[in-house]
Amino acid sequence: MAVSADADFKTRLQNWIPKLVLSPSLAMMLVFVYGFILFSVYLSFTDSRILPSFGWVGWENYDKLWRLSHWETSLINMGIFAGLYIVICTCIGLGLAIFLDQKIRGEGLLRPIYLYPMALSFIVTGTAWKWFLDPGIGLENVMHSWGWESFEFDWIKNRDYAIYTVVLAAVWQTSGFVMAMFLAGLRGIDNEILRAAQMDGASNWNLYRRIIIPQLRPAFLSAFVILSHLAIKTFDLVIALTGGGPGRATELPATFMYSYTFTRNQMGIGAASATIMLMTIAAIMIPYLYAELREKR
Amino acid sequence: MAQATQDTAIRTGRITRTLIYLVLLLFSLFYLLPLYVMLANSLKPLEEITGGGMMNLPQVFTVEPWIKAWSSAQIGVEPTGLRPYFWNSIKMVVPAVIVSTVLGALNGYVLTKWRFKYDTILFGLMLFACFIPFQIVLIPMARMLGLMGLAGTTWGLALVHVVYGIGFTTLYFRNYYAVFPTELIRAAQIDGAGFFQIFWRILLPSSGPIAVVSIIWQFTNIWNDFLFGASFADANSQPMTVALNNLVQSSTGVKEYNVHFAGAILAALPTLLVYIVAGRYFVRGLMAGSVKG
Amino acid sequence: MGFLDIDNATKSYGSVEVLHKVDISVEEGEFLVLVGPSGCGKSTLLNMIAGLEEITSGEVRIKDKVMNGVHPSNRNIAMVFQSYALYPNMTVGQNITFGLEMHGVPKADRDKAMIEVARLLQIEQLLDRKPGQLSGGQRQRVAMGRALVREPDVFLFDEPLSNLDAKLRVDMRTEIKKLHQNLGTTIVYVTHDQIEAMTLSSRIAVMNGGYVQQLGTPQDIYDTPANIFVATFMGSPAMNVLPARVEVLNGRPHAEVVLHDGSTAHLPFSQDNLATWAGRDILLGVRPETITDMDGADRKSSNIANMTNRIVVTEPAGSDTFVSMQLGGRDVIARMRSDAEVAAGQDFNFAVNMEKAVAFDPESEMRIVP
Repeated sequence: MAVSADADFKTRLQNWIPKLVLSPSLAMMLVFVYGFILFSVYLSFTDSRILPSFGWVGWENYDKLWRLSHWETSLINMGIFAGLYIVICTCIGLGLAIFLDQKIRGEGLLRPIYLYPMALSFIVTGTAWKWFLDPGIGLENVMHSWGWESFEFDWIKNRDYAIYTVVLAAVWQTSGFVMAMFLAGLRGIDNEILRAAQMDGASNWNLYRRIIIPQLRPAFLSAFVILSHLAIKTFDLVIALTGGGPGRATELPATFMYSYTFTRNQMGIGAASATIMLMTIAAIMIPYLYAELREKR
Repeated sequence: MAQATQDTAIRTGRITRTLIYLVLLLFSLFYLLPLYVMLANSLKPLEEITGGGMMNLPQVFTVEPWIKAWSSAQIGVEPTGLRPYFWNSIKMVVPAVIVSTVLGALNGYVLTKWRFKYDTILFGLMLFACFIPFQIVLIPMARMLGLMGLAGTTWGLALVHVVYGIGFTTLYFRNYYAVFPTELIRAAQIDGAGFFQIFWRILLPSSGPIAVVSIIWQFTNIWNDFLFGASFADANSQPMTVALNNLVQSSTGVKEYNVHFAGAILAALPTLLVYIVAGRYFVRGLMAGSVKG
Repeated sequence: MGFLDIDNATKSYGSVEVLHKVDISVEEGEFLVLVGPSGCGKSTLLNMIAGLEEITSGEVRIKDKVMNGVHPSNRNIAMVFQSYALYPNMTVGQNITFGLEMHGVPKADRDKAMIEVARLLQIEQLLDRKPGQLSGGQRQRVAMGRALVREPDVFLFDEPLSNLDAKLRVDMRTEIKKLHQNLGTTIVYVTHDQIEAMTLSSRIAVMNGGYVQQLGTPQDIYDTPANIFVATFMGSPAMNVLPARVEVLNGRPHAEVVLHDGSTAHLPFSQDNLATWAGRDILLGVRPETITDMDGADRKSSNIANMTNRIVVTEPAGSDTFVSMQLGGRDVIARMRSDAEVAAGQDFNFAVNMEKAVAFDPESEMRIVP
């Protein structure tokens, strides 16, 4: 009996091609992502200054880092920024989505207006808000020229308030996107459930509070994950809007890392701060991705 | 995604509705405000801005700031305008978008239709790579580009964007192909089509929408990137965003706000155009990157 | 050695064995139906024949050639899928000839073959359309055309009719049968629909839990089911299976069954050697159509038994009337002619064709072979 199993080259080739096709991406990912992560983490334990160097110093960089007031400032700023940014974006996004879901005439026009900032570069956003909020030429100046002489709005130049202008610009950029996420969630809710609740005599307020918003849990989770990851990565916006200033008033971990690594030549400390950023994001993303991928099986 | 307008069962009274419209309108003003500021002020002489007229429409209408921003404004040390940097961005974006989309399509195809052990773990690793703070790869990447002789080049930047973009493109195509009927693949196998023939003849002709999503997403992201451009580009390969930032932050001379605004619009124009032409796909891309595909 | 041999074929996913040592030999020109509930392994078996899933152990041979590890396209088989799997971006004509193109058949020959097949299936006017523009029945034909044009050794059908509405399904069933009769092709056909299995097949393999429960002609399977699973799966309404006790009366084995009021009736078996089970409990299998009124009893049968039992519900169904009663503590269905005069609550004199009755061992659930 002729055994053709060994002769079938095509079958065996077909088994290898998929893996071959995947391998360049795989190799790039292993080297450029995971290899580089390991390298950076390793650097954070070395005495690297202007160039990578491999003298092992243990936890010294981390010790130094946590004693730097500059780092402390950027962490406090991160807390304020991320907290406000996530909460405000979620509130605005949810509110707009609920309002837009009331059979609004012109929804097709409003939705793209809410969303277009997401298509812009943070540098563009930063530039626009930078000059609009500038007391010299922007809002304050405009109000003065309109006759409201006592109007004062100098947050962007004020050490205590500058961080809130970063929040404002970031919210402007992303809240429309959060709106779209909630709107998709709202549109996915079964109308029959709502009709049933209305039959039961629920008011609109109760309908949203008891029936609809609880069903938006997946959208809340996604919004939180996306927003928190965007917050931790925020870099361009600060550079364009305030440059981290006035003073260090709007420094964030991302700008801290950049300036310590590339302008202050403290690569070890820069790497240590990057490692901490990675760990923070990983703590949020890994459980999320794990759950998402498991559900799909 | 249920984007199609679907009737809600909620009924609202007249006063509530008026209030709702009012709020919605106020927010649209909020979102449009910076665009208005940029556009109006890019078309007026500098004195009108410094004189407290930022919110006014131009009294003297001029395109001078646009011309200056494009071709003669001082960027860094050279008075070149944004033009050369615009082309730098194009030269970086086009190959990066094409390569990352093609790789994403092939990866998605393999991960859904030629499954093997641990493929989900592999995909998870790829996906996580999309979300890392890129600060963690800046130092080794700078070294690697140097070793490869790509430091400070547009090709180097394109490579960086391909590497950190395939996670997303793979995600898009994987989710799209996951619902593509596997029976079609099997039928083609029985018909004698090989791996690439199936991809080319069966899968690709049906992949139009997701390819658009992927291309738009990659285009927007790469065009808007600042961190990689600022870290890895030299004066001759800087992308548009970095040049714009240099223009706006330059501390020498008079601050020409109208030129800054014109420059900002120039930097925003390509992605805005894409958004206006294919906003639907842009939103789909955003959603696919966040909610279940 | 048959035309298509499945020899001890086993399939496991990891440590889970989903198909256990399947042994089937199909002759040339035979129409074999694999039938069973979902998850019974019938589709897995079909995919193993097609080469779409690997065989864990055992062999599949077509025309005596071992097919293990051979690429699906090199097995000279064709397959019709449940969803039809028509390529959405190609026209009907391109769909039909895609396989020939992939095998390097020249364009002229491809077109000739396509026209022939299209004429056979009466889809000539559809050749330039896209699958999206076709009705369910037309898609079904195109899918068959794609299979036919290859002139394969074996046709594989994977629940090809399950996406059609009830009427079209009956029409297409007839058409597939005609096609088989005219072309004399070898077919392996998977379905979960026992009526399709009965009407189409020359032999049926009833599968459950990864085992072939019984392999035989439709008549075999219907009349002498190997076990209770086969007995109740094949036939609609299902065969009545009820507890009974074997009693020997006048030298002949009888089934003693409990009536609605707790009294018993004795129904004589045709199989004498059931006497060895005297005094023991069995499960009695009686098909609904073998319980009738006296007028409707099968005149060819030599063994019609009587019993009087109370009717619980009657369900007129046009051509027949179904009558349910309590027998052996179970709900038992009888199938009457539509003109039988029956009413709920009535004590009725039933005729039971005991020639067709079967007995099962209650422990093993296997039929007691006379």
